[in-house]
Amino acid sequence: MNRIDQLFEKKKDRVLSIYFTAGFPKLEDTLPIMEAIEEAGADIIEIGVPYSDPIADGPTIQDSNMIALNNGMSLKKLFEQLKDMRKTVSIPVVLMGYLNPIIQYGMENFCKKCQEIGVDGLILPDLPMQQYLDEYKAVFDQFELRNTFLISPQTSEKRIREIDEHSNGFIYMVSAHSITGARSGISDEQIAYFERVKAMQLKNPRLIGFGISDSQTFSTASTYSNGAIIGSAFIKTIKESKDLKVDIKTYISSVIQ
Amino acid sequence: MIRVDEKGFYGKFGGAYIPEMLHPNIDELKENYEQIMASDEFQVEFRSLLKDFVGRPTPLYFASRLSEKYGVKIYLKREDLCHTGAHKVNNTVGQIIMAKKLGKKRIIAETGAGQHGVATATVCALMGMECTVYMGALDIQRQRPNVERMKILGAKVVPATSGSQTLKDATNEAMRQWINNPVDTHYIIGSVVGPHPYPEMVARFQSVISEEIKWQLKEKEGTENPDLVIACVGGGSNAAGAFFHYYNTPEVRLIAAEAAGLGISSGKSAATTALGTPGILHGSKTLLMQTEDGQVVEPHSISAGLDYPGIGPVHAHLFDTGRGEFVAVEDEDAMKAGIELSRLEGIIPAIETAHAIHALTMIEYKKDDIIVINLSGRGDKDLDTYIKWGGY
Ligand SMILES: Cc1ncc(COP(=O)(O)O)c(C=O)c1O
Repeated sequence: MNRIDQLFEKKKDRVLSIYFTAGFPKLEDTLPIMEAIEEAGADIIEIGVPYSDPIADGPTIQDSNMIALNNGMSLKKLFEQLKDMRKTVSIPVVLMGYLNPIIQYGMENFCKKCQEIGVDGLILPDLPMQQYLDEYKAVFDQFELRNTFLISPQTSEKRIREIDEHSNGFIYMVSAHSITGARSGISDEQIAYFERVKAMQLKNPRLIGFGISDSQTFSTASTYSNGAIIGSAFIKTIKESKDLKVDIKTYISSVIQ
Repeated sequence: MIRVDEKGFYGKFGGAYIPEMLHPNIDELKENYEQIMASDEFQVEFRSLLKDFVGRPTPLYFASRLSEKYGVKIYLKREDLCHTGAHKVNNTVGQIIMAKKLGKKRIIAETGAGQHGVATATVCALMGMECTVYMGALDIQRQRPNVERMKILGAKVVPATSGSQTLKDATNEAMRQWINNPVDTHYIIGSVVGPHPYPEMVARFQSVISEEIKWQLKEKEGTENPDLVIACVGGGSNAAGAFFHYYNTPEVRLIAAEAAGLGISSGKSAATTALGTPGILHGSKTLLMQTEDGQVVEPHSISAGLDYPGIGPVHAHLFDTGRGEFVAVEDEDAMKAGIELSRLEGIIPAIETAHAIHALTMIEYKKDDIIVINLSGRGDKDLDTYIKWGGY
C-alpha cells in the first residue's frame, strides 16, 4: 500500500509535512536532512526539485533554488542521491517541482524512477488539472504515484469538488492568496476559508501550507484540516544551521510539541 | 491554418501551465475576453483611443533610399510614430479597457526595454488606475530614461533582482504579484507570451498593424499582399501584429528576426528558435533556451526588448511548421543597421527594430519584391546604448 495512504489511515490529525529544497544548503545535504526530519518526528518529507524560475515561490525558496542549482543539483543528481533512501527513511516522500525540468527528463522515465527509489507522491504546481488528466494521469497511476493538487481561497467550490475527485494522496490547501513565504499569524479571513473547505467533507485528506511556521500556526491549521506543511520557515532554519541534525530536531520538536 | 484552438494551443505550443492560484484570474479572462472584445462598446472605445490617443493609423512609408540600396520596394510600417514610441501601446490600450470591463482597480506589468512599462503607465494615467511595473535590475540601469518616464506618469517601478535581472525575471515577479493580488488586479502582459488566453488576446490587439498594412498597401501598390513581411521578435508581439492577417496567406513570406547577441554559439545569445527546445516558460509550452536539465538559460542581447529566453507559442508554431522564416541577427550588425536606417531615411530606430532592418541582408528575395518592415519603435530610449557603442 502507498505510504501516503497508509499514513492518513493511521493518523488523521496533526500530520506534519516538511518541505525543503534538494541540494540545499550543500549539495550532499539532501539525504541527511531527510533522515533528520524523520528522526525529529515529522510525518511526510517533501523534496523540492530546484528550478530557475519558480513563479509560485517567495524570496526564501527562490533563494534556496538558486543556491541548490549553483551547487549542481539536478534531477539526475537527485535520483542518484536518493537511490538507497529507503534503507534509512521510512515515512512518505513526495517530490515537488515545476514541470519543465521533469518534462526534459521525460515524464515516464521520471515516474518510473520515482517508483524505483520509493517516492510516494508528486506535487507539480504548474501542471493544470486538464493537462494531467489528458496526458499524465495514466503514467502516474501506472507507477503508483499519488498526485496532489493545490487549492487556494479563490478556488471555486465547483473546482474544489473536481480537484477532490481527481486527487489522491492529499489536497494541498494554500493558506492565503499568495506565493510561498512565512507570514505572521493566521487571519480571520483565512479561518473562514479553512472552515468553508472543512465543511465540504472532501474525500481526500487536506494539509494546509504557505505561511505555517511555528507550533501556533501549525496547531491552528491542524484544527481545520489533517495537518500542515512547513517550507520557508524550515528552509530558514537549515540555511543558518551549523549542525543540521540538532537544529532540525529542535525546530521540528518546537512545532509539534 | 494558423489559429489558436479551444485549449489555447497553436499546434504543439501554448496552453496554460499555471499554478492553481492563478486559475481564477486566467479563467475569468478566458471566459470573458472574446465577448468583451467583440462588443460594440469595447470596439468604439478601443478604436477611438487608437485613433486620437495613439495616433493611428500609423503611416506605411515608402523608404526610397533603402529600397534603392537593396533593389526592392521597401515599406516601413511606422509603429515608431505611435504615442510613447513603439507598438506596445496598441496592446496596453486594449488591455486597460479590458481591465476596466472586468472591474479591476490596479494594474501590474513587466517590462524589458521599458517600452511596455511606459505604454502601461501611460494608459493607467489615462484611466486613473494604480500602476506597478516590475523591471529587471539590469534593465533599470540600461533603460534609465524609460524608468523616469514611468515615474513621471505616476507608476511605481519595482526592480526584479533574481536570476539574470532582465525581462524573464521581471515576468516571474509580475506573476508572483498577481498570485498575491488576485481579485482587484489585472496583469497587462507585454507580448504574445504567458498562459492562454494572453498570447491570442495580445496578438489580436496588435493585429491592427497588419489590418492597416493591407489597405495601405492596396492604396499604394494595388495589392493587399506584400511579398515579405519582416519583424523583430522578442516575445513576438509586434511580429504577431504584422503577420496576423497574413498567417493564412501563404504567398506572403513571414520573416522573424531574433537577437543572436554576440553570436549563436557564443553562449551570449537570445536566438530562441536557433538554440531552444520545447519546454514551459511563463505558463505556456513553447521553444525555450534551456539546459539539458530543463533550467532556463539566461539570454543576452544588446537590446533589452529582445533579451528573452523564449518566444510566444504562435511563433514556435510558425517555426515548427515552416510558415515563418527565422533569422538571428548579432548585436553589432543590428547596431550598424540602426545607423544605416538613420542615415538613409532619417529615422533612428529602436535597437530591437534594427534587428529587423539587418534581416534584409540575410534572406533571399527577388528584385522588385515588395517588402514591409515593421518599424516597431524609435531609438530615443536607446541613445545611451548607441553612444556607448559609438560606431557612428
Ligand atoms: C521597439 C520594440 N520592438 C520590439 C520589442 C520586442 O517585443 P515584441 O517581440 O513583443 O514585439 C520591444 C520590446 O520592448 C520594443 O520596445
